Amino acid sequence: MLLKRLSEAAGPSGFEDEVRRILYEELRPHARRVYTDALGNLFVETGNPGRGPRVMLAAHLDEVALMVVQIDDAGTLRFRPVGGVDERVLVSKAVFVGPNRIPGVIGSKAVHLQKPEERGKPFSVEDLYIDIGASGREQAERHVSVGDTAVFATAFERFGDGKAKGKAFDDRVGCAALAETAKKSFDLPLVFAFTVQEEIGLRGAGPAAYRVDPDLALVVEGTLCFDVAGAEEKDAVTVQGRGPALSILDRMTIADRAVLRRLVRAAEKNGIPYQWRRSGAGANDAGAIHLVRRGIATGAVSVPVRYIHSPVQVVDLADYHHTVRLLEAFLRDLEEDPQLDFPAEGEWTS
Amino acid sequence: MSRWRGFESFLELLTLDGPSGHEHRTAERLGEWFRAEGLEVETDPLGNVLARYRGEGGGRPVVLVAVHMDEIGLMVRDIEPGGFLRVVPIGGVDPRTLVSAEVTVHGRRDLPGVVGAKPPHLSTPEERKKAVPLDDLFVDLGMAEEAVRREVRPGDAVTVRRQPVRLLGEVAAGKSVDNRASAAAVFECLQILRTRRIAADVVFAATVQEEVGVRGAAVAAYRVRPDVGAAVDVCHARSPGISGDRTVQMGGGPAVQFGPNIHPALFRKLAEIARAAGVSWQLLVGQGATGTDARIIQLTREGIPTAALGIPIRYMHTSVETVDYRDIRETGRLLAEWIAALDRPFVEGLTCFLND
Repeated sequence: MLLKRLSEAAGPSGFEDEVRRILYEELRPHARRVYTDALGNLFVETGNPGRGPRVMLAAHLDEVALMVVQIDDAGTLRFRPVGGVDERVLVSKAVFVGPNRIPGVIGSKAVHLQKPEERGKPFSVEDLYIDIGASGREQAERHVSVGDTAVFATAFERFGDGKAKGKAFDDRVGCAALAETAKKSFDLPLVFAFTVQEEIGLRGAGPAAYRVDPDLALVVEGTLCFDVAGAEEKDAVTVQGRGPALSILDRMTIADRAVLRRLVRAAEKNGIPYQWRRSGAGANDAGAIHLVRRGIATGAVSVPVRYIHSPVQVVDLADYHHTVRLLEAFLRDLEEDPQLDFPAEGEWTS
Repeated sequence: MSRWRGFESFLELLTLDGPSGHEHRTAERLGEWFRAEGLEVETDPLGNVLARYRGEGGGRPVVLVAVHMDEIGLMVRDIEPGGFLRVVPIGGVDPRTLVSAEVTVHGRRDLPGVVGAKPPHLSTPEERKKAVPLDDLFVDLGMAEEAVRREVRPGDAVTVRRQPVRLLGEVAAGKSVDNRASAAAVFECLQILRTRRIAADVVFAATVQEEVGVRGAAVAAYRVRPDVGAAVDVCHARSPGISGDRTVQMGGGPAVQFGPNIHPALFRKLAEIARAAGVSWQLLVGQGATGTDARIIQLTREGIPTAALGIPIRYMHTSVETVDYRDIRETGRLLAEWIAALDRPFVEGLTCFLND
């Protein structure tokens, strides 16, 4: 399964090589043109270049991760987060370090050795280190260099009632959904942009959109989902099993109303469940894309991801499949009716 | 017309006042020195100074080397009764370093002033334990209010007044070492470039408004549209109580930055060139965008392959920023050797992340 391979591949921000490679090989046979830019964004062009609006579909390759910043005399590795990692989730996790995927564990002072006042405090990255089993600095340096990145060593697995757990579903679900879509035939000029460095400030998507210069853009993401024990419905943002979540507004973007209306129309015409992303918090590549050049009509569709940014994330595979269906329905609708009209307020639902 | 004379010129640069948005004095001097080196100089609408050094041969790639020329400073907010000035910061000013500093207020003419605060005798024990916030500080020009109002208007720039201090060896301290040190490195670089055959055009950009959010570099990179970009800026040197992965050794040579903000092939090239040329260098890793002009150069237009070099300094954003001139000279040397190694085929490979 492509989602499994994508989830288990390493792709820290700025070091997305493994994920980029998988998508390149997967999509090369289906593309008119595949190329990268100076940042490592991957572009896959498909469809009919002569007809209809030029559509950019974007998903980011990178994931939150760690970087080795110092090697201690004892051979343990000091690290810092790459992107927004909650420090409290790090202790006692397994990781892979560097391009050779050296296994390591994140160690800390044992609870027995901590003073009572230490026990109540969460570990900060300064208290933690990666242990690769090296006997000292010299042995560690044979396997690892300062600047190497580390990712969580989480296996992808289906479990429960149609769910899957794994790392980096933010945004490998988007990458997988785009890959499935890129294999279908459309009578539209499509550019699939797999972007870098989203997790450290939406850095890759701006230059990608500048290059593609599309008529409209759609971002496909993994997003916040807190529909769990002890949480109230109003705080959930999204709920698993209710289908792809459409963004109206987040910290950096007010979604383009014309794109949003077409997403809703496509979903309703095809009986695809959807929900609103109910929070103003968070942001995705749309925040960078919609401000490029003269402005780009941009929307965002997201798969709800529980425990986002943590080593173990959970998705509902039905939500994922409905997202893939919605992408196709949206593009078919554009094929039939390529004219994008900006609707009056309140007209975006039927 | 004055021209670049090494260490002495660097010390002269430290005497020029130019906070973000007020870089004209520094711009004028650098422009003069660039012309004396035979470069073509233009100024853009934001005040960036763009100096072009032409290489030889056809199909030359364009390299942008950005060094910001602005410094942090203050701006007059209000003139209070008695002629005392209240100020707001320009860039990342630590108010604790301003107490009892000498300043220059750039009014209708330059006026010397001192930063006053309530004396300890009149402060409560609680107040003495806390840092004085900028709002409680004021500039005293020693002039009657009426005279102050004639000479000074809200919006006038204020800079810390500090003659450069020569310490042991080639170590110097002063204000605005961040980032005049890098301007000096550029002139050291030019001395070497002239002796080499260069297959690229280099645009040296002395950029404005870095300290308030890398603004000058954004438009400079857009205008120049280079094939490769580089920022030279200062970085933190180790000092008592300050160590670890975010610092390097003063006197240890240039820091070569690594991380998402840096194109991996440009980093490798710099490391390789440094080894071959015998430049001692230090690795500085980052986990996101660097705090330099490189952060915006990389994202300009379709994206630009970007590198960053750091000159180690102590006490950044104070008036006693301390640097070892040997690090400046070695940074210039590494920059020159690196530029000499850039050509069209290498630059064209930088967009390919899919080698089979």
